[in-house]
Amino acid sequence: MTVQIVKKAAVSRRRQTAYRVFAVLAALAATGLVMALAGYNPFVVYYKMIEGSTMTAYRFQETIHKAIPLITLSLGVAVAFKMKFWNIGGEGQFYLGAFGAALVAFQAPELPMWAMLPAMMLAGMLLGGLWALIPALLKAKFGASETLVTLMLNYIAIKWVTYLQYGPWKDPKASGFPKMPKFADAAVLPKVFGVHAGWIITLAAVVLVWILFSRSKLGYEIAVLGESEATARYAGMNTVRTMLIAVLLSGGLCGLAGMMQASAVERSLSDVLSGGMGFTAIITAWLARLNPPAIVGVCFFFAILLQGGSYLQTSMQIPSSVAAVIQGVVLFFVLASEFFIQYRIQISRGEKKEVA
Amino acid sequence: MEDKAYIRLEGITKTFGTVKANSNVSLSVKKGEIHALLGENGSGKSTLVNIMAGLYAPEAGTITIGGRERHFSSPGDAIAAGVGMVHQHFKLVEVMTAKENIILGRKEGLAVRGRELTEQIYQIGKKYGLIVNPDKKVYDMSVGEKQTVEILKMLYRGADILILDEPTAVLTPQETATLFGILRNMRAEGCAIIIITHKLNEVMEISDRVTVLRRGESVATLDTAATSPRELTELMVGRPMSLEIHRASYEGKRETLLRVKDLTAADRDGVHRLNHVSFHLHRGEILGVAGIAGSGQKELCEIIAGLDKATGGTVEYNGEMILGLSPREIIKKGVSMSFIPEDRLGMGLVAGMSIVDNVLLKSYRNNPGPFVDRKAGARLADKIIREFDISTPGKWHTVKDLSGGNIQKVLLGREIELHPQLLITAYPVRGLDIGASYNIYDTLNAQKEQGVAILFIGEDLDVLLALCDRIMVIHAGAVMDIVDAKTASKEEIGMLMLGHRPGEEAAV
Repeated sequence: MTVQIVKKAAVSRRRQTAYRVFAVLAALAATGLVMALAGYNPFVVYYKMIEGSTMTAYRFQETIHKAIPLITLSLGVAVAFKMKFWNIGGEGQFYLGAFGAALVAFQAPELPMWAMLPAMMLAGMLLGGLWALIPALLKAKFGASETLVTLMLNYIAIKWVTYLQYGPWKDPKASGFPKMPKFADAAVLPKVFGVHAGWIITLAAVVLVWILFSRSKLGYEIAVLGESEATARYAGMNTVRTMLIAVLLSGGLCGLAGMMQASAVERSLSDVLSGGMGFTAIITAWLARLNPPAIVGVCFFFAILLQGGSYLQTSMQIPSSVAAVIQGVVLFFVLASEFFIQYRIQISRGEKKEVA
Repeated sequence: MEDKAYIRLEGITKTFGTVKANSNVSLSVKKGEIHALLGENGSGKSTLVNIMAGLYAPEAGTITIGGRERHFSSPGDAIAAGVGMVHQHFKLVEVMTAKENIILGRKEGLAVRGRELTEQIYQIGKKYGLIVNPDKKVYDMSVGEKQTVEILKMLYRGADILILDEPTAVLTPQETATLFGILRNMRAEGCAIIIITHKLNEVMEISDRVTVLRRGESVATLDTAATSPRELTELMVGRPMSLEIHRASYEGKRETLLRVKDLTAADRDGVHRLNHVSFHLHRGEILGVAGIAGSGQKELCEIIAGLDKATGGTVEYNGEMILGLSPREIIKKGVSMSFIPEDRLGMGLVAGMSIVDNVLLKSYRNNPGPFVDRKAGARLADKIIREFDISTPGKWHTVKDLSGGNIQKVLLGREIELHPQLLITAYPVRGLDIGASYNIYDTLNAQKEQGVAILFIGEDLDVLLALCDRIMVIHAGAVMDIVDAKTASKEEIGMLMLGHRPGEEAAV
């Protein structure tokens, strides 16, 4: 008996999507199996997750609150990934963005809201973008691996915020607790339909990135550069300039996510602000195949997992890390489905068959 | 006669996805025979020999060697059965010597007795006329020598069936003659030799019999002596074809468009990639460039197009110095380069993008504002598809899913639609079938008639001689001579390619 791996002919887009959806369902089934082995009824668990993330207005709003930063981060990551610039520093750029927002909020607390929020946004995007520009410059100048540099800069960014929290920006009125003071009301994004205004900004970002990718010259250049640097140079593109702009944009979007989270959800800055979303965004951007509308869908699904997971903890005493397990298994299954989109396994038995 | 067949393949079928690479192919080769496998690209030659060499397993069909049916599940099995394959791209370790490469992968015994081995290699070499220094490092070797090592390696492993995949593609005429001598010696010693080629004159020269493949099927097996290039072409292409390449003439004024003087380029180690290259190129002229692969062709093209830096010399286009300008500025002046590197899609086209996005590559900037005008791109794509007769399911189809010939047409079509004054084209027919190649020659001729100056980097000397006006022969980055294509001979060019100027003593 011989087992062979055979390359498939091109699979249509729709088929590919079907494979991926099937992979997600299979992942949910596999996780369900583990739950059953652990003594829980998976149907109840899944139902509780949906209940905890959508069934009441408050819970639904919480889910949206989780989706907003995730979507914006994913968009940021996607811009860089489109260029095959492996920015896994979304986490760090998020914190720099939040830091930029806090800088404005703390240093100019008397600004009115109409000036405060745009200033925070600008500062957040600028700092997030500049933070991402460091690895881009190192890559352009010395060919340094952006993967490593962006990863390492994450930890520097987080520790910088920790330092501020325990040091210069510690709230003296917090009776010794290492936390920062709350922002003034003018520095908090107002609510629109019960959810902070970040959702409008996020949707605008989705549309803008979609236009960038599908219509603009810059997006076209980013895509060509991602496919082949030699081709981009051959076509007369300024490759370094395109890379720097795209990276600035990528980091800027991640910084914007940090600004929104600090302003609307935390109303302050803290070193646990992101909860690892900068890394989750890498998964969601990739699962959505860098397609902005798909990013919205995937991030919403992940937000349900996150929100549902924390509901499980309070309602069923199941650790909320179940959500992380599901995320991991989903990623694993979707990765595997990529293999089956391209190849199939062929088992032929015996040698008799070979006489045609 | 058939019963004397030493290796016999019957009913071989192999599919990749929905593509039938081999469909019920049969082939039989006798001991002491040189058997040519002829076919266009994509006709299934490589698939068939890879099955023989144990790299692919067929879905159906049998392989019989010496009367015994064999099943190969790895190249090791094939080698054990005496099948040795010399790939087009050599599988040698550059930093090792010939000797070390030859014993590499040998399973029996731990100790290597160097002197004994040298003697063994020498003996095998003497038997077949394979001359190589066993202690020479591979990176010091010429292409011909590397090939010799590959053949020796197979013989050392006891191969009596030797498969050569396009062995002459990288050789000069002289090296080809040497190789053919070796193959004849091997035939005399009773080896079965299978040689893949798409050059008809080589088939006629070296083979005893020839099997023609077309679209994955074996069309015919003929005695070489009883056939003609014309018949073989017809079998290969499926219809009668003229093999004449016509040389167009340009009626306009003869003026110099490109003037290259003392162009020199050195790499980081100070090795000269280009050594004082000087030439002129006129409007309405095709200047061919002949040379062994890696003699500076790539550097020459890329420097003129602004993609690479020179260390000295000048490049004047229309009397204006263009050396040192960016690719974009050079494109604006009307210089067009359709440079096809070996992997074809590496530069010039974006493999993962649609035809529309690819034809926009050089003109997308012309649209004012921040957006790409894909409507204009779609119109242009339609036009190129129509005028160059590109077969594609649609203009939004991904370029990498097209066949080689169609990919080439997309590239050439885009460049010609830019109405260039100077067209630099490197290996434009590499990997294309005969029909598609002739289309490309016609296109180049049509451009020439309109007064476009064409720098044509070629590999096939017959084509260069027939198509070009003059041929510049380069060796190790230096121009050996520029000859008139109407009067030059292949042998003359071959000697120049090896670095021998006329009158100089020719070393073997």
